[in-house]
Amino acid sequence: MSDVKQEAATVAPTVAVMDQLPDASIQGQSPLFHADLATVAKNGPKTGGVTFKEEALMGQITLRLNAENAEQLKAAEKALGVALPTQPLTSVVKGEVSVRWMSPDEWLIVVPGLKAFEVESALHAELSGHYQVVNISGGWTIFKLSGANVVDVLKKSTIVDVHPSVFPVGKVVSTTFAKSSAIIRRSGESEFELVVRRSFSDYLWLWIQDASREFGLVVEA
Amino acid sequence: MFYIYCPYCGEHREEEEFHNHGQAHIERPADPDSCTDEEWGNYMFFRKSPKGLHHEIWDHVAGCRKFFNVTRDTVTYEIKEVYKMGEQPKVVAE
Ligand SMILES: [Zn+2]
Repeated sequence: MSDVKQEAATVAPTVAVMDQLPDASIQGQSPLFHADLATVAKNGPKTGGVTFKEEALMGQITLRLNAENAEQLKAAEKALGVALPTQPLTSVVKGEVSVRWMSPDEWLIVVPGLKAFEVESALHAELSGHYQVVNISGGWTIFKLSGANVVDVLKKSTIVDVHPSVFPVGKVVSTTFAKSSAIIRRSGESEFELVVRRSFSDYLWLWIQDASREFGLVVEA
Repeated sequence: MFYIYCPYCGEHREEEEFHNHGQAHIERPADPDSCTDEEWGNYMFFRKSPKGLHHEIWDHVAGCRKFFNVTRDTVTYEIKEVYKMGEQPKVVAE
């Protein structure tokens, strides 16, 4: 794939990593902080066809490497505690770590927010040669959509076929969602996870409220 | 609207996820300095626009973001084949 030659292992890596988390004096705010979902959840309906929850402040890491390089695959597995899914459009979940296939040489890793720096550092420590690790936690947030009518809401919002025969549990696609983009993973029979850009999260939250209205929307916080 | 097969994702997806980048297999002159203005101009600006079979670069821009090649009939819009970067077309104009 790449023209770049593998650098000799003797060259010390010069990667600048930074712990992006502020200390306890600064309150971390998710992109939907202003929506005050805790209050919406408390005052809103408790039953309905669709349930919405923001998985706020998770850690997201983009990993790129050569999937034909067995050494790099082994190094990534060692750092993550789980092997990268090399089958297109698949994902793996192990404990607190989940990994999504994004492209033949790219994966999206999600971990608890407080673990992101640790996992990022572990990847740098294990990997060598031509690879890329970027902590993209600040740029994205995660929505969980579930319930009996979740597929109906998705059908209104995305061009991807979400029928279980072609979109089984564990499948992940990067696609369009309500004219924006989303990384959609089926995390259960009636449960989907959407990784969305932080700058679109308010718009998509409004869209989902509108698209779910006819089925009844329950908000969890 | 039509479906396009992405050779990297390994499935058909809606056209909306893709972007067409025009003529495929354009070779950059090995030694630009020795090109005539006409040779360089042809490389930079002149593209084929055939009626019939055309080899194009497409990008799965909303999906895996990989580039790949498509042989398409510009009259019927029928896609004859899809092949990865670095590969050559099997379906070619007579
Ligand atoms: Zn693709």
